[in-house]
Amino acid sequence: MELNAKIPQGDLKDKWSYYKGNVKLVNPANKRKYNLIVVGTGLAGASAAASLAELGYNVKSFCFQDSPRRAHSIAAQGGINAAKNYQNDGDSVWRLFYDTIKGGDYRAREANVHRLAELSVNIIDQCVAQGVPFAREYGGLLDNRSFGGAQVSRTFYARGQTGQQLLLGAYSALMRQVGLGKVKLFPRYEMLDLVVVDGRARGIITRNLITGAVERHAADAVILATGGYGNLFYLSTNAKGSNVTASWRSYKRGALFANPCFTQIHPTCIPVKGDYQSKLTLMSESLRNDGRVWVPKRKGDTRKPMDIPENERDYYLERKYPSFGNLVPRDVASRNAKEVVDEGRGVGESGFAVYLDFADAIKRLGVDEIKMRYGNLFDMYYQITDEDPYKVPMRIYPAVHYTMGGLWVDYELMTTIPGLYALGECNFSDHGANRLGASALMQGLADGYFVIPYTIGNYLADHRPDGLDINAQEFETVEKEVNDRVGKLLSVNGSRTVDDFHRNLGQIMWEYVGMSRNEGGLKKAIKLISELRDEFWKDVKVLGRNEELNQSLEKAGRVADFLELGELVARGALNRNESCGGHFRAEYQTQENEALRDDENYCYVAAWQFKGDDQLPELHKENLKFEFVTPSQRSYK
Amino acid sequence: MSNGKKMNLSLKIWRQADKNSAGEFKDYTVNNVSPDMSFLEMLDVLNEELIIKGEEPVAFDHDCREGICGSCSLYINGRPHGPKRGVTACQLHMRSFHDGQSIVIEPWRANAFPVVKDLIVDRSAFDRIITAGGFVSVNSGGAADANSILISKDDVEYALDASQCIGCGACVAVCKNSSASLFVGAKIAHLSRLPQGSPERHKRAINMIKQMDKEGFGSCTNTEACAAECPKEISMDVIVTMRKEYMKAIKEME
Ligand SMILES: Cc1cc2nc3c(=O)[nH]c(=O)nc-3n(C[C@H](O)[C@H](O)[C@H](O)COP(=O)(O)OP(=O)(O)OC[C@H]3O[C@@H](n4cnc5c(N)ncnc54)[C@H](O)[C@@H]3O)c2cc1C
Ligand code: FES
Repeated sequence: MELNAKIPQGDLKDKWSYYKGNVKLVNPANKRKYNLIVVGTGLAGASAAASLAELGYNVKSFCFQDSPRRAHSIAAQGGINAAKNYQNDGDSVWRLFYDTIKGGDYRAREANVHRLAELSVNIIDQCVAQGVPFAREYGGLLDNRSFGGAQVSRTFYARGQTGQQLLLGAYSALMRQVGLGKVKLFPRYEMLDLVVVDGRARGIITRNLITGAVERHAADAVILATGGYGNLFYLSTNAKGSNVTASWRSYKRGALFANPCFTQIHPTCIPVKGDYQSKLTLMSESLRNDGRVWVPKRKGDTRKPMDIPENERDYYLERKYPSFGNLVPRDVASRNAKEVVDEGRGVGESGFAVYLDFADAIKRLGVDEIKMRYGNLFDMYYQITDEDPYKVPMRIYPAVHYTMGGLWVDYELMTTIPGLYALGECNFSDHGANRLGASALMQGLADGYFVIPYTIGNYLADHRPDGLDINAQEFETVEKEVNDRVGKLLSVNGSRTVDDFHRNLGQIMWEYVGMSRNEGGLKKAIKLISELRDEFWKDVKVLGRNEELNQSLEKAGRVADFLELGELVARGALNRNESCGGHFRAEYQTQENEALRDDENYCYVAAWQFKGDDQLPELHKENLKFEFVTPSQRSYK
Repeated sequence: MSNGKKMNLSLKIWRQADKNSAGEFKDYTVNNVSPDMSFLEMLDVLNEELIIKGEEPVAFDHDCREGICGSCSLYINGRPHGPKRGVTACQLHMRSFHDGQSIVIEPWRANAFPVVKDLIVDRSAFDRIITAGGFVSVNSGGAADANSILISKDDVEYALDASQCIGCGACVAVCKNSSASLFVGAKIAHLSRLPQGSPERHKRAINMIKQMDKEGFGSCTNTEACAAECPKEISMDVIVTMRKEYMKAIKEME
């Protein structure tokens, strides 16, 4: 299979303009004859569904929560990047592009990333027009903060709840279209499979999560905006419902899955407390603007943080990376935390934590200012730990947070199945091997508001609406497969709960496919996961029926898919004999323990093709060409 | 309070098979509850035990478990989201309870929020209220530069205080009249305070309030229970703003 990214011609900065000027269009009167399915109502899905409906297409919008407003994007805290250069501190589209490509450790496509940087400025305009209350300065202009991996202040924010405000903006646009009759909403619906007819994506099979009814939906194109797969690790910062099912089912229907092993571990999360732990809570990266990360210099120092004098503390990020200090990218910060913990210098009861200390910032800026900047994060920390971060340093540790990998898409965001698109976190497109903070919100909204409205027309213009009937044989077949699978999950009636399996899978992933990976461990993981999968299908216990609201059944389907995905992630990691970004192979590091890339052999997107349940997936390579920047060893010193 | 020791608790939980069935309270016990567990983690533990015993687990809504998605909606010992001010049930920790305590857990109760199963209710009425007018009518693309209109810090902070509503429905659940005034007021206050939302402010107020009434929410009791129980501590101010906007809108129409 030849992977064609369909990158437009011309100089980097002209590609998107050239594309827009030459793309095929659908005449306004014809748009209303097309039916589109958008799965997901996070930033990517809600913005796409609203924008496509505004253009005149008929849109069906699906989400598994009870309301589109509750999609996982709502939880994003810190902010969204845009190359506005309002601060006059030297930012530009080029610099945002460059930071993102470099931050991704040169494993993303130049053309996509440049387009993202260009569109970033429109996003802020769009959101402000919708009434998103971004933070402002006293003069009434928009305020910015800094995030990791950048030396400019380009992050727009709304306290510590930027994702919420952006999503409510996109949700309001979506609901406006619902009112206008252009979007039909399907909340508490879960897509369980994709229907491909004559090689084109033509519909989905869903389960109504209240009644259990399995239903067919046909369309002229299907857009997935179903988020990331961080919950593969069981414990992550993702919402409990976040899952891979829509992408995974599409993979099994022929869409290639790219760079599955590019997973991001976020450096600042609240450490694990006990076995009952159900998720991990992020403490936004924005905290690293003012918080200082440290551990005691001495191993096994169990004194209280306040009792450790300044000269016995090791502010290791500031020491090792003087130019970026506490604002190094996430992968670097996480790895360094693991390193000091492995040395026995971790803090807290478990020893699996480092300090994030605000004492200096409070001295410098005052409590009120800190409250204004981070109040809700401090409150959240206090709720969870019962410790007051205004008085004692926070304890933090890395946790799984984001997945750069996802469905392979070309420049138009189309997967390898014609008519199937992937937007937002569920595609692999823009972040390479490591995502910079405040860039996921940017990508989701760029994809939904500004990219898909153009690119989908180029496909639809070649495919007249034919009002495909849901009684087509292909729908019948896939629906039966879905029903069989549901029936199978319910009939095993074994002895272990779904959560038990999920936790077990998470332990394997964290241990062998987590922050540091090596050949032996990855091989072991592949074996363990496949054994666990067999056991799942023999011993899982799912009570109740299909024809009712059945949360165990919902979880079981998702975990079954994670049990397949886990193996692909491990295989991807095993294939990539280099370290880059969030993918760290212990065998490949510099003398200073930094990631050692191998551009000669691995400067490609690894796109995996499903070949059957009993077969190994096939690897396809999209070679990355760097025409405008020169990949170099990343340095944040 | 618990002093870090494990607790044994007795729970009284509302069980209801579906919208059309009658529900009832059932008694359960959970032992060895750590004070560091969240309330939902305590329910997870109960559910794991139930499944192993072959009993159906308790259904409840949740997703982010960070107090921001508005999914969780438990009425705990007579209060929405439980005993602690300013937190959602998912952010409530077991250290707020003590060993041997009995805890009653119910769904939101309101005509406009029918029970779907156990502790899960249907809050789609909120979505329909937003559909009626909780937006600014702008299409994607073509917006002017974001700094072209200045907005004072006070206005933005006020708007954000209101727009941080998570749409959980605690305000409705606690209100004797099941009024949705705090929810509706929050959206009206958010948008009417910003220049972008101003042109449609009157139409918005009329349409949202009309929809609110149509959904079967009651009228405001002025007892301020909603603001007291709101996990985001949204103030009664927004209801005052809502009324003002509505009155102005009515006048304009006359
Ligand atoms: C705690 C936290 C904080 C973050 N903070 C930031 C930040 O400050 N800045 C930043 O840039 N990024 C941040 N991120 C990352 C960012 O929030 C996400 O990457 C982004 O919101 C993903 O958006 P999305 O639209 O792709 O998917 P999501 O928001 O995850 O939405 C997925 C949607 O798909 C639906 N769905 C999924 N599967 C199915 C199915 N099978 N059937 C039907 N519907 C389905 C869901 O219902 C949901 O509506 C943060 C992430 C976390 C976890
Ligand atoms: S689960 Fe999201 S607010 Fe409680």
